[in-house]
Amino acid sequence: MELLVFLIFAFLAVAAALVVVAHKNPVYSTMALVFTLFSVAVLFILLGAPFIGVLQVLIYTGAIVVLFLFVIMLLNIGREDSQIAGHKAQLFFALLGAVSFGSLVILALSSLRPKVLAPLTPELVSLKALASTLFNEFLLPFEIIGLLLTVAVIGATVAARRPTAEESAATAAERSIETKEARP
Amino acid sequence: MNVDVVVTVAKIAVVLGLLLQVAPIMVWVERRGSAMMQDRPGPNRLGPFGLFQALADAVKFLFKEDVTPAAADKPLYLMAPALALLPAFTTSVVIPWGPNFTWDGKEYAFTVSNADTGVLLFLALASLGVYSLVMAGYASNNKFSLLGSIRASAQLISYELAMTVAVLAVIIPVGSFHLTDVVAYQRTNTWNCLLQPFGFLVFCIAAFAETNRLPFDLPEAESELVAGFHTEYSAMRFAAFFQAEYTSMAALSALGCTLFLGGWSLPWLNYEGMGWLGVALGLGTLLAKVGVCMFVFVWVRWTFPRFRYDQLMRLGWKFLLPVALLNLIAVSAMTLAGWL
Repeated sequence: MELLVFLIFAFLAVAAALVVVAHKNPVYSTMALVFTLFSVAVLFILLGAPFIGVLQVLIYTGAIVVLFLFVIMLLNIGREDSQIAGHKAQLFFALLGAVSFGSLVILALSSLRPKVLAPLTPELVSLKALASTLFNEFLLPFEIIGLLLTVAVIGATVAARRPTAEESAATAAERSIETKEARP
Repeated sequence: MNVDVVVTVAKIAVVLGLLLQVAPIMVWVERRGSAMMQDRPGPNRLGPFGLFQALADAVKFLFKEDVTPAAADKPLYLMAPALALLPAFTTSVVIPWGPNFTWDGKEYAFTVSNADTGVLLFLALASLGVYSLVMAGYASNNKFSLLGSIRASAQLISYELAMTVAVLAVIIPVGSFHLTDVVAYQRTNTWNCLLQPFGFLVFCIAAFAETNRLPFDLPEAESELVAGFHTEYSAMRFAAFFQAEYTSMAALSALGCTLFLGGWSLPWLNYEGMGWLGVALGLGTLLAKVGVCMFVFVWVRWTFPRFRYDQLMRLGWKFLLPVALLNLIAVSAMTLAGWL
């Protein structure tokens, strides 16, 4: 039974992930991403981590991918315009991504030592255990991540803000001074 | 055969059976209720009080032509209504519909799934509802539909955040995501709507936005967008969106009642010692509370005008979210101080 559920959702996750990469229509790619994330959430629940599975659906499927869709539809990226292949920068960043992901995999595999782990008990994977680990052992990293997100939010707000009337007047004045000075 | 499986199937049957009745009843309540508020008779010809109008509507939906626009994106277009029903019917698995009952000497909770993640599961499944709206609008290949979808995605994201924070504030003093524990907490203390009035307010406003009901029905906005995201749908596919809307209203009302209005319990009454009668009374109590909430949904719809899109966004981000966050901080502090 468990194996059957695993097989169905593992297959769905991989197939949908392939659609994400391969499909020409960005809306279809995003929808496929929803299926991938949902299937991975089911796999988390199968592995005995229901909290992570539910959070995955709540945050990634329910919020972040909706934002992707919102942007794609707002910018109206059509089926035809999505062909931006052949760009040199794209190749560079694809290589960069492949190299960094590869090194991460190597790092993860090399740090993997065969050791006997305690069997998973309901107490060990409960929310209480997760919370106490997060807020005792990993408090500093947890807080730093929180700070990082706050900084990102503030940065986005500043970047998106319209300049006030005084500020735009000031920049206009600066520009006029610059052009005057540049004149021989 | 395993007794646990039988009990679970029975619980699913009861909950699903109840949820399937919501849409026909609500169509009648909505039409007769709006007529009452506008001082006109409304549909009153079929059966007593026009009650069979819902049946006639259902038959009509079944026999109408199911039109798919030629330029529509077929797979997404056909999938969207089915996907709309999925979160509407699955979210209520975590709602406790009554006190625990014993069967074969074993005690069972009256929830379909007593998962550890409880209310988070509800929120996670409910958050999937936006995809059907977005899919429908995009696949229809219609400007009005697309506008409705874009509005839906922005609106649901904004209000989900405030709602989640309001729900978390309820969870903090309880110390458990199980909704059964939330009900137990309200039985020993008092209803959460009295303990956390601001959280209740935020939850109510966000619930209207989450279910796309007036005054926040911008994805449909029939005066500007024809019918918004479901402009192109007809026959049973249109009815599926209708049913999804009413069912998710009922599910969200049940969640609101469980979180803030004492769930299946009533103050000074103890259903737990009464066996099956207690279970039935608990179920009846929760259904009555849900019914009142559903009527409020209808009442508000025919009372308030629609918000403008920028007003909606401003209300969501500049009022509801800060209030929800302040409420969360206050509740955390009061819980630490031992007041809640």
